Amino acid sequence: MNKFILSAAALALSAGLASAQTVRLGTEGAYPPYNFINDKGEVDGFDRAVGDEVCKRAALTCEWVTNEWDSIIPNLVSGNYDVIIAGMSITDERDQVIDFTQEYIPPAASLYVGLSAEANTKGVVSAQTATIQAAYVADSGATLLEYPTPDETIAAVRNGEADVVLADKDYLLPAVNESNGELVVVDQVQIGGGVGMGLRESDTELKGKIDAAITSMKEDGTLNALIKKWFGEEALVF
Amino acid sequence: MFAFCADPKSIEGLTWLMCYLTSGKHLLFYASFGTVLLLLAVTAPVALAFGFGGAMAARSPFLPLSLLGKAYTAMVRGVPDIIFFLFVPIALDQGFEYLRHKVKCPGWDRPIWQGNDFIVCPEAKLPLSSSPQSVHEVYGFALAVLAFAIVFGAFAANVIYGAMRAVPRAQMETAEAYGMSHRQAFWRVLVPQMWIYALPGLSNLWMILIKATPLLFLLGVEDIVYWARDLGGSKTQAFAYPHPDWRVWYFLALLAFYLVMTRVSEGVLARVTARLSHGQATLGGEMQRKAAR
Repeated sequence: MNKFILSAAALALSAGLASAQTVRLGTEGAYPPYNFINDKGEVDGFDRAVGDEVCKRAALTCEWVTNEWDSIIPNLVSGNYDVIIAGMSITDERDQVIDFTQEYIPPAASLYVGLSAEANTKGVVSAQTATIQAAYVADSGATLLEYPTPDETIAAVRNGEADVVLADKDYLLPAVNESNGELVVVDQVQIGGGVGMGLRESDTELKGKIDAAITSMKEDGTLNALIKKWFGEEALVF
Repeated sequence: MFAFCADPKSIEGLTWLMCYLTSGKHLLFYASFGTVLLLLAVTAPVALAFGFGGAMAARSPFLPLSLLGKAYTAMVRGVPDIIFFLFVPIALDQGFEYLRHKVKCPGWDRPIWQGNDFIVCPEAKLPLSSSPQSVHEVYGFALAVLAFAIVFGAFAANVIYGAMRAVPRAQMETAEAYGMSHRQAFWRVLVPQMWIYALPGLSNLWMILIKATPLLFLLGVEDIVYWARDLGGSKTQAFAYPHPDWRVWYFLALLAFYLVMTRVSEGVLARVTARLSHGQATLGGEMQRKAAR
């Protein structure tokens, strides 16, 4: 019995020690090639590759979790996970609620994609809810059609509900290239800053560790290699 | 799953389909049907208990208790489900963690609320951030059951409250004439007879509950609609099994599932109704009596 109590105490102690280093990484899992659930049912994509490398360099034990885009920030601040790595652009509005690390993808362009090159970008435009693109469309005077997942924004163009879709170039381009000419790029715009990882504002220590890891990845070229691997040779690099 | 599925892009036809339908992601999809059935099996009795408790409280002659019961049904029924599901589980979670924090970390000197952030000591996190993902999932599931039970319990409370008032007054008078106390009359006469009046309303709630499970993903629990949407969405070459938008097929499969659920539920409810009508002073009970003669 004593032995049992001892081992239980040891277990509790080691669990307490481990808890200091386990970092939970939250992502959306529906935004290829940034992040998606692969056919094995695991989180995969550029965000996964960067996150795993950062955890290795900062000597953190990391665990991936998925969360719907809509509630991804509320669940971060209430502590259900510690970092958002979901291709999230750094904006002032978000920065008021959470903190961002330095950018791990340079400011990426956004594309208008429609069924023909003459599609009206001031007509009905589909975009994902609570994204920089949705805010841009709302300001541009076009009619905004919001969807909870990025895939549905493209489907809306295919079935004629929207004239064009506005989303990140890296997300839309593979879909355009594989559509056999059905989808075409209408226009390119530059919206927002770079993409960073989101943390709670009080988590300065973790932020420092992750920033240091990203800096070292930028310096030795690992990050650029990952960007090229996931977004193609002509992608913007640091 | 099978050895010949190692390189999905080199195979085609039926083999491809077989590999596709047995990919790890599809197995998770199939498992999520179990999650939904389990959720229904656990939530229904818990919600019924909440409803019964709410109705009993609302009927109580003790004023504060009766006000509590009435406030519960009125408030929860008035709040849209999606707001409720965004707010209540997070509030419950923070409430539990706050209590654990008070007990486990008395020496903690930093504030718990820092602007938008909610920070408790690592030992008070629920579940601990070092716990395996499965523990987190079970915890999320339990929060989901609780949130569903609170919402559907409020509707059930109103249904049961009405049903209790529908039991003929003469039945209670007779019970009193036999010298039963209030409590005895309630449990022996009122409760057994009120179910037949509550059943139509409760069966409606059950049918709505079956279809309410997509709200689960707000809590991070992946249900069948989440997987159908994810699997059906068009897939580029970044995936092992690229395909165009196939959502319609996945949603057709869900349609079949929900229709089967509805059919089975109707069968069960019909039997329960027949059973509860026995000897009741209702039209259904009267018809049974005549048929038996």
